[in-house]
Amino acid sequence: MNIDFNLILPEIFLSLSIMSLLMIGVFKKNSSNLVFNLSILTLFILAALILNLSSLNKILIFNSSYVIDDVANFMKILTAISAIFVLSISTDFLKSLKIYQIEYPILILCSILGMMVMISSNDLIVFYIGLELQSLALYVLAAFNRDNVLSSESGLKYFVLSALSSGLLLYGCSLIYGFTGSTNFNEIANNTNQVPYGLTFGIVFILVGLAFKISAVPFHMWAPDVYQGSPTSVTLFFALVPKIAATCVFIRFLYVPFVNMIEQWQMIIIFISIASMIFGAVAAIGQKNLKRLIAYSSIGHMGYSLAGIATGSSEGAQSSIIYITIYVIMNLALFCCLFMLKRNNAYFENIEDLSGLSKNHPILSLSLLVILFSLAGIPPLAGFFAKFYIFMAVIEQSMFFLAIIGLLSTVVAAFYYLRIIKIIYFDPSKEKYDSNHSLRLRISLIVSTIFLVFYFTYPNSLLGIISKINII
Amino acid sequence: MNIPILSSLILLPTIGAIFIFFSRSKNEKYNSSKYVALFITIANFFLSIYLWLIFDQSTSDFQFVETREWIPGFINYKVGVDGISILFIILTTFITPICVISVNKTIKSRLKDFLISILLLETLMIGVFCSLDLVIFYLFFEGGLIPMFLIIGIWGGERRVYSAFKFFLFTLLGSVLMLIAIISIYWLTGTTDVEKLYEIGIDAKYQNLLWLAFFSSFAVKTPMWPVHTWLPDAHVEAPTAGSVILAAILLKMAGYGFIRFSIGLFPIGSEYFVPLVYILSLIAIIYTSLVALMQEDMKKLIAYSSVAHMGFVTLGIFTLTQQGLEGGIFQMVSHGLVSAALFLCVGVVYERMHTRLIKDYGGLVSIMPKYAIVFMIFALGSLSLPGTSGFIGEFLILMGAFKKNFLVATVASIGVILGAAYILWLYKRVIFGKVKNQEVTKMLDLNKHEILILWSLAVPIIFFGFYPEPLINTMEVSINNLIDMYNTNLSNNIVMSK
Repeated sequence: MNIDFNLILPEIFLSLSIMSLLMIGVFKKNSSNLVFNLSILTLFILAALILNLSSLNKILIFNSSYVIDDVANFMKILTAISAIFVLSISTDFLKSLKIYQIEYPILILCSILGMMVMISSNDLIVFYIGLELQSLALYVLAAFNRDNVLSSESGLKYFVLSALSSGLLLYGCSLIYGFTGSTNFNEIANNTNQVPYGLTFGIVFILVGLAFKISAVPFHMWAPDVYQGSPTSVTLFFALVPKIAATCVFIRFLYVPFVNMIEQWQMIIIFISIASMIFGAVAAIGQKNLKRLIAYSSIGHMGYSLAGIATGSSEGAQSSIIYITIYVIMNLALFCCLFMLKRNNAYFENIEDLSGLSKNHPILSLSLLVILFSLAGIPPLAGFFAKFYIFMAVIEQSMFFLAIIGLLSTVVAAFYYLRIIKIIYFDPSKEKYDSNHSLRLRISLIVSTIFLVFYFTYPNSLLGIISKINII
Repeated sequence: MNIPILSSLILLPTIGAIFIFFSRSKNEKYNSSKYVALFITIANFFLSIYLWLIFDQSTSDFQFVETREWIPGFINYKVGVDGISILFIILTTFITPICVISVNKTIKSRLKDFLISILLLETLMIGVFCSLDLVIFYLFFEGGLIPMFLIIGIWGGERRVYSAFKFFLFTLLGSVLMLIAIISIYWLTGTTDVEKLYEIGIDAKYQNLLWLAFFSSFAVKTPMWPVHTWLPDAHVEAPTAGSVILAAILLKMAGYGFIRFSIGLFPIGSEYFVPLVYILSLIAIIYTSLVALMQEDMKKLIAYSSVAHMGFVTLGIFTLTQQGLEGGIFQMVSHGLVSAALFLCVGVVYERMHTRLIKDYGGLVSIMPKYAIVFMIFALGSLSLPGTSGFIGEFLILMGAFKKNFLVATVASIGVILGAAYILWLYKRVIFGKVKNQEVTKMLDLNKHEILILWSLAVPIIFFGFYPEPLINTMEVSINNLIDMYNTNLSNNIVMSK
């Protein structure tokens, strides 16, 4: 068997780096800073290595259990870049919580490795290995601030519920293997011409497991607690990076092995999508904690991204990829602002703490204004285009019901975003926050906000790349 | 000649806003920012006048068209004007400098932010009136929500938060349905270019639904009864300059949308829903006039009168006769001037007394004679006395209405009488009578700024009242073309269905 190891060079490089970073961390004292910086460097090199592969066509390796194609490359690069931002803006936060330890970046790199495997998997077993590698790292991360009750609780909660969903997913995998006789995605697709009930059950179980991973309704219950309980930097990671991989896996599952069974899964996805959009919009209204609110808003956003996938068309999948990209940038910017709400080494995360922010911090409030209107999907900000492409794809398939529900729930969702803006701009001001933020944080905020504002001048920047992606 | 004159009109205020954003003036009054804003808006006004001068009135084609690839193979950035949209552009560029001058005293805090919002809003409003692509139109149309939300919410009165939310959510709710319609049009016809859509037309069986989706957006924005309730709230709480922009320009976006999109794109849908629009317009005219009669708050009274006047506009537009359409547009321009002026008049006394209740005033004529004169002109303009621009508009609308439906026109005429009643009663209670409130005697008459602002609005109201030719000539050819297109579309459809 002749395998070109160049093709999985990124993954090999990442695994080796994780091991050597672990060695450095263990044998060299006070090396947190070094390990952090080296991890960021690793991710840069990783992104470059993947970029190097992106000129190739679709290639299957390891008995076609591993696939390297446009979708995988794009999603991997997006994962790596967003992880770079996550790591570089969370250092100050970790320092002030006194959890600035070498394990943190290494765990993040581990979960990134898991995501890489998930994204590229073309086989149920490979997929499951990637998923578990990712999840195990995430459990530990959620409980990373171990002296804090809330953090430990959220780690445990996430572990128990996630293990349950992994179990369901595994059960689904075994059902599918039983009814199709293969674990390979392409083989499964070939063997699903007639659909026995068992296979439908298998799909349902797999979709449940995946919906849990992206916290879509009705499998969202863990998200608000985990988001609120985990340290903010971990919440940031949760809100961004795993969603990219999970979206990619959703697309991969529905467009490769289950492509012939669209009648079976389409209604499920539409239901999950509508439920997430409505629930995310309604439940966020009453929240007082910003991180909890972000959890609900991300539930809603996942609903929109699923609406694109629900179409079953390749435009739909592309629109989902665009949506997730813009979503990642918006949330990154939002968390930058959250990291800036700091006074005397304490971080603030209640919505009330934003009261009258615009008096003392005009630039920060302006960025928040842009970010929140963008999240609400008001033109001409980038968030509008994300929704616009989704609804283009949805209406192309004449799914008007989904489109109308989706757009009406944006109006409901606009309410709670407006509420935050109201608190920032219309309410009386409170004490000043610190303004000596690190350069990395400032740059991340400025870059992402500028992207959100000026995306409309050249929308082709993202669309041009993604519309070339071959989904199947 | 290849100067992109429309794009410069659109971009100039934004450039000004960016400039103000980055400028740091040391004194608290931000005088320099104010002069920058004033300079930019006046320059924009002259640019639009120049546009009007070189505008060719003899053709109904879109002129000064600029097309740029925006999303390749999908949407082009396309702008252009015809005889209808150019009037709205001039109205916008005329009203905005007046707003900038009027902020002098009314805006106490964060003047810089206010000027930035106003300038950005001007960009978006001009964009609405000249975009020739549905998606671009939607971007401009919706984008206006953000600055207006801030204007009401930051610089508004006591119940500003409630009003800002109501304004935002009502308008957004209406617009999302329009977005669905726009995307559907793209998938039905393969383009969102308005000119192309005029040529190829839209399949008759979808027109009613699409018309309703557009209507939901425009009806909220117009505002038509029963979705007008956000307007009085927004007007009352907004600062004077905000009310002026809202009444004078933002409401006109919807009227313009009815003409350009509802009638232009969906003739069959429009014809089908004419009775609906008639009924809603008549209710707006009669009911809101009666409501206006009973108001105790001056701003609220004028806000309700806006609803009634916009009822005339929608009535005129959907008579689908030349007189009706011309009257509708004329009325929109005239109402833009008159309502802006009335809000400014309320602002003048509000600044001095800090109350908008009618009962707190009375007998102003002896204390503020200059004020009484200009207020009189605007009151008469509002009740459409012959010799003011309001008369031409309402007269043409009623003419168009009588052509189509006698009953509708008769009911609408009652609205004219009611309109005279509430505005004259307001005038009587505020200006004439005895001085009941001793505070009033301390009020100063108009200062130079106010005289400048108010008379610059009074002059065109009287001028166009006596000499409406320039406006009528500009729009005539375009309107003829629109009606021809409408009628051919209808008759084609009848032939096809037979």
